[in-house]
Amino acid sequence: MSIIKIKDMIYRYLKVDDEGNTQMEEPAVDGVDLEVQPGEFIAILGHNGSGKSTLAKHINAILTPTEGTVWVDGHDTKDVSKLWQIRKAAGMVFQNPDNQIIGTVVDEDVAFGPENMGMPTEKIRKRVEESLKAVEMWEYRSHSPNKLSGGQKQRVAIAGVIAMHPKCIVLDEPTAMLDPNGRHEVVETALKLNKEDGVTVLLITHYMEEVIHADRVFVMDQGKVVLQGTPREIFSQVETLRRLRLDVPQVTMLAYELKKRGIELPDGILSLEELRSELNKLAGGKRV
Amino acid sequence: MLKDITLGQYYPADSVVHKLDPRVKLLWTLVFIISLFVFDSVGSYLVASLVLFGLIRLSKVPFSFITKGLKPILVLMMITVAFNLFLTPGTVLVTVWKLKITEEGLKAAGHMAVRLIYLVMGSSIMTLTTTPTSLTDGMEKGLRFMRTFKVPVHEIAMMMSIALRFIPILMDETDKIMKAQKARCADFESGNIIQKAKSLVPILVPLFISAFRRANDLAMAMEARGYQGGEGRTRMYPLCYEKRDRMAYVVLALYVVVMFIAARFMTLKFLMGLVG
Repeated sequence: MSIIKIKDMIYRYLKVDDEGNTQMEEPAVDGVDLEVQPGEFIAILGHNGSGKSTLAKHINAILTPTEGTVWVDGHDTKDVSKLWQIRKAAGMVFQNPDNQIIGTVVDEDVAFGPENMGMPTEKIRKRVEESLKAVEMWEYRSHSPNKLSGGQKQRVAIAGVIAMHPKCIVLDEPTAMLDPNGRHEVVETALKLNKEDGVTVLLITHYMEEVIHADRVFVMDQGKVVLQGTPREIFSQVETLRRLRLDVPQVTMLAYELKKRGIELPDGILSLEELRSELNKLAGGKRV
Repeated sequence: MLKDITLGQYYPADSVVHKLDPRVKLLWTLVFIISLFVFDSVGSYLVASLVLFGLIRLSKVPFSFITKGLKPILVLMMITVAFNLFLTPGTVLVTVWKLKITEEGLKAAGHMAVRLIYLVMGSSIMTLTTTPTSLTDGMEKGLRFMRTFKVPVHEIAMMMSIALRFIPILMDETDKIMKAQKARCADFESGNIIQKAKSLVPILVPLFISAFRRANDLAMAMEARGYQGGEGRTRMYPLCYEKRDRMAYVVLALYVVVMFIAARFMTLKFLMGLVG
């Protein structure tokens, strides 16, 4: 059974004018179909305003679709009585690390979710310990979150989510406000959780480098899914991506330009190592 | 600049007073303050002083830290003392110009000064030995009975702890906004008080907007993590009374009894009799 199933979903924001009349705006998400299997690492790419964050908020039942249906772990998100089951099944990490940390001490913040679930004290402590260790922030458990770096704060936020043992984590542009180091930390953590603990991960981002490890990539534009496939399939279509105002990773770009100038390289090269070995092959044993 | 302001005034030390349950300290402070106003004889003030200075010694907080809290109320205290001194009718002792100092006035002023000083010192001991977080925890649990009167105790405590978490963040933000505006030639230093206050408006507006945005984000994050109010919530560090806390309650009861006796029998006359 798929963990997330989205069918014909449309979401419109309501616009209220000065007289209090409501009127429907252009749909932010316009007819999206999406299915995620347990244990997958899914990346959703898109330019600002492509509707990717709106889509993410549906998976945690913060928003419910105007039309169509979203099922999370078998529950329809429109069913209010299932709200807490849905939120337990799908955790969410937001963009701004400062605005999602509730506790004044790191471990208290991680305990917030389990506390809301009404867990006994001993179990909460166990959960806090294992989640902080999973994101490698255990040494910082008695620190104030204000003294941490952006990447560390975001890892604490991830720990707060995994302490609730969700089946699926939605990361809504978790790296948008971080420096390259922090970005690397967060993506590595998400990957590790996916590979080692089998947590389904939905990473929403506009950084191309972050999606190369995903199992499947969805590219959104103007509320619609315009491309989907493995990272290699996606990055083979450099022209289409450019038209969608998305950057491809530098290595892929280089390979693409080289190919355009007549060097026989395969499409969709994702890493430096790959490019090097392909070039080595071409050079026929001579080292590049 | 703004970062230098320390939050609360917690003084970390390893003492019995620090380790006490925050609920105990809250009740102690409350009872102590009430006792200052209910019992006003020399004897009861003597007992209160003994207890107060004993607690300060026990808490291992330097005395200067506790008296620091007195500075802001100095003006208030002087006004109160002056009013009591000059405006209490009774047997006139000295007359300065149109002002008469009476025997009763002298007494009342003395009482008032002692009360105010002890009040501030007593509550300082509490705030200096308790972290803001455990203080809100203590309030939440200690005031739980208020829920029967429809007081949203959990919500108030939650708001307080969120406020505590966001104070440094908003301070940083203020700093940033000020720098950004200084870079564009905003002037915050010159002019009189009114001009200075006016120049703060361009800081406050963006600060408020950003605070609302943060509040919105935080509410969403809290909901996403399954927050549904205080009902059915458990705690990772629940407050539990230990032996020392029970002892502290016993001592508190003793204190009230002794104060009562002292107020009844240890009047000035009685003490004079002892000396003479």
